[in-house]
Amino acid sequence: MTALLAHDALIVSLLVVLLGAVAGTVGIRRQHADWVQVAFGTIYANFALVTVASLAMIYALVTHDFSVSYVAQVGSRETPLFYTIISLWGALEGSILFWAWVLGAYSTAVIYINRKRPGTLVPWAGVTLLVISLFFAIMLVGPANPFRTVFPVPANGPGPNPLLQNHILMAVHPPLLYLGYVGMSVPFAFAAGAMFSGEVASDDWIKLSRTWTMIAWGFLSAAIIAGMWWSYEVLGWGGYWAWDPVENASFLPWLTATAFLHSVMVQERRGMLKLWNLNLMVGTFVLTILGTFLTRSGILSSVHAFTTGPIGYYFLGFIAFVLIGALVMVAGNSEKVKTRGRLESAASRETVFLLNNLFLTAFMFTVLIGTLFPLVAEAVRGVKVTVGEPFFNRMTLPMITALIFLIGVGPALPWGSASAQVMKKKLIPPVGAAVVLGAVALITGVRNPYAVLIFAFVGYAAFANVREYWIGMSARHSAHGENWLTALARLVRGNRRRYGGYLAHIGVLFVATGIAASQSFRHESEATLTPGQTITVDGHTARLVNVWGRQEPQRAVIGATMEVVRNGKVVATAQPKMNFYPTQSSPVPTPQVISSIRGDLYFNLLAFDQNGANATVKLIVQPLVPWIWFGGGIVVLGAIIGALPNRKRRTALAPAAARAPVPAVPLPIPTVEGGEA
Amino acid sequence: MNWKRASWTALIAIPVLVLFAWGFTRDPNNIPSPLPGRMAPDFRLPVVTPGEPPTTLPVGDTVHLASLQGRVVVLNFWASWCVSCREEHVTLQQFARRYQDQPVTFLGVLYNDFAAPARAWIKAMGGQQYPSVNDYDARTAINYGLYGVPETYFIDGAGHVAYKQTGPVTDAILTRVVDSLIAALPSAGGRPATVRGDTAAHTLAPASPRARGTP
Repeated sequence: MTALLAHDALIVSLLVVLLGAVAGTVGIRRQHADWVQVAFGTIYANFALVTVASLAMIYALVTHDFSVSYVAQVGSRETPLFYTIISLWGALEGSILFWAWVLGAYSTAVIYINRKRPGTLVPWAGVTLLVISLFFAIMLVGPANPFRTVFPVPANGPGPNPLLQNHILMAVHPPLLYLGYVGMSVPFAFAAGAMFSGEVASDDWIKLSRTWTMIAWGFLSAAIIAGMWWSYEVLGWGGYWAWDPVENASFLPWLTATAFLHSVMVQERRGMLKLWNLNLMVGTFVLTILGTFLTRSGILSSVHAFTTGPIGYYFLGFIAFVLIGALVMVAGNSEKVKTRGRLESAASRETVFLLNNLFLTAFMFTVLIGTLFPLVAEAVRGVKVTVGEPFFNRMTLPMITALIFLIGVGPALPWGSASAQVMKKKLIPPVGAAVVLGAVALITGVRNPYAVLIFAFVGYAAFANVREYWIGMSARHSAHGENWLTALARLVRGNRRRYGGYLAHIGVLFVATGIAASQSFRHESEATLTPGQTITVDGHTARLVNVWGRQEPQRAVIGATMEVVRNGKVVATAQPKMNFYPTQSSPVPTPQVISSIRGDLYFNLLAFDQNGANATVKLIVQPLVPWIWFGGGIVVLGAIIGALPNRKRRTALAPAAARAPVPAVPLPIPTVEGGEA
Repeated sequence: MNWKRASWTALIAIPVLVLFAWGFTRDPNNIPSPLPGRMAPDFRLPVVTPGEPPTTLPVGDTVHLASLQGRVVVLNFWASWCVSCREEHVTLQQFARRYQDQPVTFLGVLYNDFAAPARAWIKAMGGQQYPSVNDYDARTAINYGLYGVPETYFIDGAGHVAYKQTGPVTDAILTRVVDSLIAALPSAGGRPATVRGDTAAHTLAPASPRARGTP
């Protein structure tokens, strides 16, 4: 019953979206404002319909309605309620439904906020979003229909993939990822709208889209970090990044979006890089679709790959449409966006942004090539190859190092051109911090030259970015007598994008430190212990207390209780486990991590004796891993600050801003989403 | 719009799209199994569901793969919790009925499942022509390098794995592979010398106590 209702809702949604796309296009072309309003209405209506379908799916999952194909595929009576609900995005069809819902939510928000803007840019953006929605509506009615009926109705289902019901982050990572991925449709829609409406030469679409890019970028950053964390906590190998195609797929648009967030400032300030920005935004969207295609169509082998089916051909059709459409549009409009400015000096912030874009783009292409190479190799030479960590690490490390260096140099250099004196004043002091951190790295035993450089550059960049806060705060402190906290709050409020950006830099530096340290100083050992015996890794000792087992409704659990012993005293207890699910041939490891600010003790149960006589345990000691998660949080905080709209400028702020060595130049037109650089 | 430049640029997309389209003809997880051409890993497994006449086997008896040599064997790994197994069930069922007089033995191998839900599933699906054995500790699945269910292995008269199908099997595959394997049997025309009649072909090995035990 619910399934029928939901399926009807999806069919109606397909028709509504189709109607909207046609009405919008005709309305804009023939200048019928009413038709455009109809198109806007269909965006809202589509969102309502997909919401109904999503709620119906959750209802079907919760009530164990196994006549619904998706429930029969991922549901089971034994699965805890929480994991039952979130299995909405646990397999292909449900994730497409969720995708359509997120796209509907974004479309509704974007169109509603900008509905009164004159001109045809927003209507064209609406049509673009409707066409993207149309694809997902077709998928949901056709090959990815989650509401197919199963007959005879099974009494029970297999439950979600055990890996997906083993950790709370499963509730966090996928929605964030969808919010980030799907969010990139919005700036793309504005870019497409700008090109269709002929407003591409104006900078307006950039202003409309940059906040949405920031929002999507923030979600995507959070999703990537959450995914790393999830894989670290769940998979039992003590790592957080493996250059798996799906990880790469999430990372590719992040790289281009990051490049966009920087180069867009050059366009705002200097009117340059218009075509480049257009390319970046369109490219980011194409990469999100490409990433989805690569991972959902089963064309590449990946831990995340879903079962395949006709869905791949639909995606191929869509990606052909998007790719060719995007190339035609951008190339056809390229002459309209001729740049008017030029670089004044090599020693300027613009130059750093150009380099930053160069490295980020090179980074993107490197990862893209590595990801697609197995496919190319098989096509050309007929051999199956895998491109693994060595390739990616080796190719990307120099670029990562350079990017971290630029994080330090960028904020220090002014726009336009820097005099030798300013450069000296700005660029020399952070060298002290670089030397200190580089020396610390060498003394503690880091030998990889890139790792040493990364530590040094992290020191440099941290100094340079924190100094920007310091300069602004002390200016306010001495000019207005504000206390430091007020000074900080007002400084950030006065220019959210700039200080949000610096904060994001600091977050990235935390992430870089965490990764560099944990990769440089990873110690691990495994041992078969009888109760009472201990294992020692890098000065940390843990004792096996006992091996135990228990039966839970959906699984059997075997665990080992370990005590961390320091100076003869028990300071912590860990319980690494193995979960046995009936539908899985091999057990699902459930490592336990004991974290502190200095690092992690990572316990994983590898094997055990049936009678509890012994357990084989792996202990990994890695310093500073929590810094990665913490840094991710800082990055997101920076994105939130940067995405919040600026308050109206207060006159009182002007003197302080003018006094700051890198003055903030107010933008002429404040917009709803706007801020200023 | 500069259409000329636009269409030239669009040509960039063509090789990429061709590559993807070609990629669809491949299955990246289908790493060529080393099994085809080698002896099928032997097993002795207890019958868990009897099948239907004329190919029934008593529940609890043991099937010894080696004893089926001389016939073509179709091993289908399945489970009651597996959705794709439902898809292929009708195909397998009809094919097995059609070929019940041929020198081919169908055998279901129940994977990570229990007898009761398996029987309920068979009942709900309208029966299963051939018997199923229970791979209770998944050891056979491991020996065969099972990737997931359903998977189907075709074993020739000499006991070699001839073909492996990952995912639901189709009537076309069944017909092609089984026909060619029957034609290749030593006694052209079908019946290998060592096998008499139909069900009798399941020369049952004595149930080994170990095979019946619980893990």
